[in-house]
Amino acid sequence: MTGVVVTTQVRMANDIAAQFGYLPPQAAARAVANHLRSFWEPRLRAELVRHVAAGGAGLDPIVIEAAALL
Amino acid sequence: MDNAPDGRAGCAGVTVRLDGAPVRVPSGTSVLQAAAAAGVAVPRLCATDSLQPFGSCRLCLVEIDGVKGTPASCTTPCSDGMVVRTQTERLAKLRRGVLELYISDHPLDCLTCAANGDCELQDMAAVTGLRDVRYGFAGENHGDAPKDTSNPYFDFDPGKCIVCSRCVRACDEIQGTFALTIEGRGFGSAVSPGGSTFLGSECVSCGACVQACPTATLTERRVVQLGLPTRAVRTTCAYCGVGCSFTAELRGTEVVRMVPDADGGANAGHSCVKGRFAWGYATHADRVLAPMVRDSIDDPWRTVSWDEAIDHTARRLLAIQAAYGTGAIGAITSSRCTNEEVYVVQKMVRAAFGNNNVDTCARVCHSPTGYGLKQTFGTSAGTQDFASVEASDVVLLIGANPTDGHPVFASRLKRRLRQGARLIVVDPRRIDLVRSPHVEAAHHLQLAPGTNVAIVNALAHVVVTEGLLDAAFVAERCEGTPEWLEFIRREENSPEAVEQVTQVPAADVRAAARLYATAPNAAIYYGLGVTEHSQGSTMVMGMANLAMATGNIGRPGVGVNPLRGQNNVQGSCDMGSFPHELPGYRHVSDDAVRSVFETLWGRELLAEPGLRIPNMFDAAIDGTFRALYVQGEDLAQSDPNTAHVSRALRAMELVVVQDLFLNETSRFAHVFLPGTSFLEKDGTFTNAERRINRVRPVMPPRAGKHEWEIVCDVAQAMGYPMTYDHPAQIMDEIATTTPTFAGVSFDLLDKVGSVQWPCNAVAPEGTPIMHVGGFVRGKGQLIPTPYVPTNERSTRRFPLILTTGRILSQYNVGTQTRRTANVVWHGEDVLEIHPHDAEVRGVVDGDLVSLASRVGETTLPARISERMPVGVVFTTFHHPATGVNVVTTEFSDWATNCPEYKVTAVQVSRVQRAPAGRDAGPAPSAAGSGPAPRPVAQAGA
Repeated sequence: MTGVVVTTQVRMANDIAAQFGYLPPQAAARAVANHLRSFWEPRLRAELVRHVAAGGAGLDPIVIEAAALL
Repeated sequence: MDNAPDGRAGCAGVTVRLDGAPVRVPSGTSVLQAAAAAGVAVPRLCATDSLQPFGSCRLCLVEIDGVKGTPASCTTPCSDGMVVRTQTERLAKLRRGVLELYISDHPLDCLTCAANGDCELQDMAAVTGLRDVRYGFAGENHGDAPKDTSNPYFDFDPGKCIVCSRCVRACDEIQGTFALTIEGRGFGSAVSPGGSTFLGSECVSCGACVQACPTATLTERRVVQLGLPTRAVRTTCAYCGVGCSFTAELRGTEVVRMVPDADGGANAGHSCVKGRFAWGYATHADRVLAPMVRDSIDDPWRTVSWDEAIDHTARRLLAIQAAYGTGAIGAITSSRCTNEEVYVVQKMVRAAFGNNNVDTCARVCHSPTGYGLKQTFGTSAGTQDFASVEASDVVLLIGANPTDGHPVFASRLKRRLRQGARLIVVDPRRIDLVRSPHVEAAHHLQLAPGTNVAIVNALAHVVVTEGLLDAAFVAERCEGTPEWLEFIRREENSPEAVEQVTQVPAADVRAAARLYATAPNAAIYYGLGVTEHSQGSTMVMGMANLAMATGNIGRPGVGVNPLRGQNNVQGSCDMGSFPHELPGYRHVSDDAVRSVFETLWGRELLAEPGLRIPNMFDAAIDGTFRALYVQGEDLAQSDPNTAHVSRALRAMELVVVQDLFLNETSRFAHVFLPGTSFLEKDGTFTNAERRINRVRPVMPPRAGKHEWEIVCDVAQAMGYPMTYDHPAQIMDEIATTTPTFAGVSFDLLDKVGSVQWPCNAVAPEGTPIMHVGGFVRGKGQLIPTPYVPTNERSTRRFPLILTTGRILSQYNVGTQTRRTANVVWHGEDVLEIHPHDAEVRGVVDGDLVSLASRVGETTLPARISERMPVGVVFTTFHHPATGVNVVTTEFSDWATNCPEYKVTAVQVSRVQRAPAGRDAGPAPSAAGSGPAPRPVAQAGA
């Protein structure tokens, strides 16, 4: 996975998390995970999960929680 | 006899005795209409069914018992017991006398006149039995009046004008531009485009005047050149999402003219400059009519047979899948192709490619509409038909410029506004509808770009906190109410709290909210100024919330209505073009839905979503996505951040372009498959009001194959059996698999003209208005929509905000309209900039300026424009010479990745002073700017 793709996915995932920021953290994480399952192609989700496993640099904490639900 | 103009029998009204026979008509019916309903033709010239009665030609005179003289039947209403005579010797003599006067000042060149055989003056001379003109023809007349040939599509010959004012009234009543007038008095009366030429006037070239003209005074140049048409085919326009119905009038396979259908459900007899006139691209010399291939994008193209092109494409796709995996290839469908052509592409991807890597150009325009309306209402479509606006009392127009983007709907809207409906405009620009002849918005909320959600929340906050909520509707029809009410009541959503962000005075927001919420019927119409934002989907949900909170759903005059950009955006989305949805907006993970298609298609389908367009680009650069099949879409010009798109396309091993012309994307293509124009297509388009219209061919496919056949051939060559004998079979398959289309067939459409989906057993003739009595999802979902500012901010280096859009005379990336005479109005993209922003940069009108963002730079001429607010600049993306998407960025809507075209931080600086005498043309209130030389543009990354 290149830097371009990581940067893009971090931005996209953080954008999603920001929209669900009005929810309590656990509910927000579930909403983000649901969104990712519904709209992200599996290789994108897998890359996100790998990025989280590698430390999740730049990711919103809600996304990190969501990745654990994927 | 028991008749009415609308065909109803026995309705309440009045009974008149007309030429001895009783005729019953509704109150208010004119004598002329009553006669027509009874099958009696009364001679007429100034009266026509599409216009209000005028009473000037004095031909439709009748005798009425008890009434002095011979009143004009067009302006005389029927009254109960009225006795009318339409045919008497006295009337015949009067009518002949009137005709005699007309003809005494009319050139007698009928045999060589372009309107010979299609002239109402000629018809009336015959009907009235005119045989002689006692006054001779040597007297003072208008025969030498100079002809105005300035418009590229029609001529104005005042020497043939009978001053019936039909053209003036058509411009006023139908188009609503008020560009024409009658100048002078008595014998000196003459039609005038405001004292100018037609090209130099406010005329928008909609052609309504040409259609209304009873003589050859206003005549299409094609009719002059080719003669009158000899046959006609009813079809649908190829441009915007209004989807106007036209009759293509032809000589053989050559189009003479396009005439808008009076009974077209979307357009009711009206058209715009593009639909009526700008179809010449179909036979333009640039059309590529044979398949071409090349091994490398640096090689020249090699023309090949269809067999070789299909075999080459299939072989390469299979080889790439063998080398990189099933998911390494994908396709993009086009909103300019028919439902049937789109359906087969997504089928090819899912069944032959074996993945869900299919996306559509709706990704970059209305994908947030699909997401937002599905979340809130349960289906991804607008709620109303266009006619609904005729029942609206207040229209909330957000991020749309219909007079340019959807002109035929704009005319309908303006008519309603002239009748007294109120308008609220939410737009950073002072669009024409803010103030134009006989139309003035009650409120213009001139918000800062990127703050839509803050505004819609503030409007809803006022509704909720000032007691304007429709509590009964919300209680009965909605869910999620407590959470939403708690959210929207928060002080952070008040107009006062968001004023600093939106730059809209709180008092204006409160007044607009009260106007919307208290109207008997309030409707929301919106465009890409809503969707092409980082919070596009949130804004769509915010508007749906507002409509539900005020009970403005489920009846005529209300609703949430997307104005779709292209003619088949709705249809391409309906047909399963998104990577997460099968036809009918059903998620690929739904086992029951998937099994319907698996059974029919004989292949197991993936239950996981595929790649979106921007994902495909990223994956291409990453090396995991290697081949793309592009149906009718110029990604390299239309998609944001051109450098990134170019890099992705260049990284692929195979790019297949199926299109009419070599375009910017084809510079990166290895296979070119020639497509068909709308004049060759056989299928259906679905417009913004969910109306499914037939597209009928007027000529065979010029390259020898229909586009659905090409796709089927590729799928077959890849080893997947996919054959149809006729596109009607494809629609039958759509109906079989997709519940909202269950009742649709070519036979039905040929019988009833058009239907709006859902069309099924519950609604066999379609559904003009949705969510009546209940939402598709059951209850409407109120969803909190917090405002999250975009990350794209103006900075010291890039202090201005760029928004992009379209102009009336051009369309999308200009592939079609740039190859028509429409370039006379808009030969190049220009940058609109406020006088203050121009002055501080030393820029004057017409200067060539640099437009730079953090991702790229281009140059184009500047136009000083007070319709721009300070700090915001605007341009179009119609011309590849400008390639404005070199400056737009990768930022996108959080839910759908629709690009944030409407907010790009830029800097503008002067590159070259405008040559003396050159400017960027007039403000684009008419069909566009005046002609100007193209700029020397350079695009960098």
